[in-house]
Amino acid sequence: MTEEKKDVVVKIDHVSKSFKLPVESSTSLKTLLINWTKGIKGYTEQKVLKDISFEVQRGDFFGIVGRNGAGKSTLLKIISQIYTPDSGSVTVNGRLVSFIELGVGFNPELTGKENVYLNGAMLGFSVTEIDEMYDDIVEFADLKEFMNQKLKNYSSGMQVRLAFSVAIKAKGDVLVLDEILAVGDEAFQRKSNDYFMQAKRENRTIILVTHDMGAVQKYANKAIMIKDGEIFMAGSPAEIANAYSQTNFEQSQKEEENKKDNTKKEKYKPGTSVLLPKFELKAISKDILKSNEEFEFEISYKVTKDIPTGVGFSVLDLTSGGAYSIIDDGAVDHEIFKPWNNKKGQFKKIYKLPLKSFNNRDFMIVATAFTSSNLGVKGDFESIGFVGTDRGLKFYVRDDKNVFGPLLKEQGKFAKENGN
Amino acid sequence: MDLFNTKNKILLKELIEVDFKLRYQGSVIGHFWSILKPIMMFSIMYAVFVRFLKFGEGIPHFAVALLLGTTVFNFFAEATGMGMSSVVNRGDLMRKISFSKPVIVLSVVANAGINFLINLAVVLIFAVINGVQFNVGIFMIPLLLLELVILVVGISFILATVFVYFRDLAPVWEVFVQLFMYATPIIYPLSMVFNMGHPKAAKLLMLNPLAQIIQDMRYFMIEHNNTPIWQILSWKYAWIPYIIPFFVLGFGIWIFNKHSKSFAEVV
Repeated sequence: MTEEKKDVVVKIDHVSKSFKLPVESSTSLKTLLINWTKGIKGYTEQKVLKDISFEVQRGDFFGIVGRNGAGKSTLLKIISQIYTPDSGSVTVNGRLVSFIELGVGFNPELTGKENVYLNGAMLGFSVTEIDEMYDDIVEFADLKEFMNQKLKNYSSGMQVRLAFSVAIKAKGDVLVLDEILAVGDEAFQRKSNDYFMQAKRENRTIILVTHDMGAVQKYANKAIMIKDGEIFMAGSPAEIANAYSQTNFEQSQKEEENKKDNTKKEKYKPGTSVLLPKFELKAISKDILKSNEEFEFEISYKVTKDIPTGVGFSVLDLTSGGAYSIIDDGAVDHEIFKPWNNKKGQFKKIYKLPLKSFNNRDFMIVATAFTSSNLGVKGDFESIGFVGTDRGLKFYVRDDKNVFGPLLKEQGKFAKENGN
Repeated sequence: MDLFNTKNKILLKELIEVDFKLRYQGSVIGHFWSILKPIMMFSIMYAVFVRFLKFGEGIPHFAVALLLGTTVFNFFAEATGMGMSSVVNRGDLMRKISFSKPVIVLSVVANAGINFLINLAVVLIFAVINGVQFNVGIFMIPLLLLELVILVVGISFILATVFVYFRDLAPVWEVFVQLFMYATPIIYPLSMVFNMGHPKAAKLLMLNPLAQIIQDMRYFMIEHNNTPIWQILSWKYAWIPYIIPFFVLGFGIWIFNKHSKSFAEVV
């Protein structure tokens, strides 16, 4: 074995996998017999992975990203040797410890300690090996005084913490993890973040499968993107991140076009009506931008009555889930509605949003159209239509000078030291 | 087959321990049930068959023979039934973790085995109380138990594999077990079949390895009046039930290994 080959820990060589999806349930003898006599095969074949090849070297933090249904979970199961590939081969040098799900085989009737040993045995560790890891696991999970309690008396958060601790304290040569970063409370998340950063520094070999691009960029040094069962791209996490956002954007545009076709039949899109048959947000500038650029977009709507109308919109930070608005602007100012127009017909406005405050994150603009019968009265206005998150306008800030962590680039200043 | 490497041994041990721990989970007297249950069952059988129905009247130690037969048969029924559903029951686990599949089947059979040994100990106590005189023949018992385990493991492998693909097997097997129960001289003595004028049926019956095992165990452990197969059939045929378990196990291992790779996808 040459020195170079030795460093390859996981080698995936031209792996293909397809599944037979039963048309009708053929797990009963009757349907099987009927299908057989009729000459029906009883299943359709779906190719999930097509000719996948890549290598993970010792010390790699390897990210595998892809949208739902791209085949990344199947790939993960093949790496973990749960599924066998139809063709091609998987070679693993050393012990691979895989976590498709946390706490596999945990039994609520056993104590925390017993569960750690059972879980360990399932992962292939001997009792002495688990003895060595045990203190670390308990300490990391922060559950020392609960280890002799039955698992059914744990809160769900505690169970997850214990399972996650087993996962990352398990001493394997390769650790395979599936989207399990976002578990536990904030303190525990910080702990696992620290752990991943440390693992990265210590050059532990980790394969991480996720659709959280932020995690891949933060921890991984190599990544591949899976799309429709093929390797769409392999490269640095930053390159993959761009490709990922781009294809997601294309995908959502495609969906929007599909929706447009549908609306011909359904007549109105969500958030529009007879009164407001058209309400659109449209990007004028490109949608992946640098910090010194401006995101320019057009708000347009059509109203069928002579009433005062105007649009208020919000910028959401999609990276954090988009629950809160970071910027509100438009026809509502301090809860007072100021109409843009009083007549029926088409109307549009163009808006420019400077991006110098933002770090590298994903954003979305959503909007609501308002009217009011008591103009100028605080809070007295009502919604007549909206562009919700289902068809909101997405844009992405991607600047090499920026980072992926915090939303804003602004920072405060430490006060000058002036005694105690 | 690297079934008995360290990794699998640890897992097997752990699974058996957990199952055993959880068997009487939450009950007040816990594992005492393992002994109390067979004692109670035996008392009922004794009362019904020996006292009221007067089965095996005039046959010395028939009660002990009856208990021994039931105990062996219960092990057979429990182990194959649990073995059949073992792989399907662990389906959730198999989809998420890669581990040795035969271990699953072996662990449930082992668990039924532990229960069986406890019952067997209770039968021995009954035997002593009943005044059975043990002789050197008792050293044959471990060999017969081995034959029984080979048969049960083999059947369990086959059933577990087929059950993954056809869930219809569960009721079918239940009926089969019932059939086996009556096709084996357990509650009735073998001599009864002879006395009723069906010597051919009796000979055919004894080709069933389960019947052979039970009769042999009775012969060596209790009384030489329990006719083993070699006394009613010449060795020209009598070897057949002794060989069957090995073929069953061989076939079981073959079919299980052939399909176990795709269990995770099918289950």
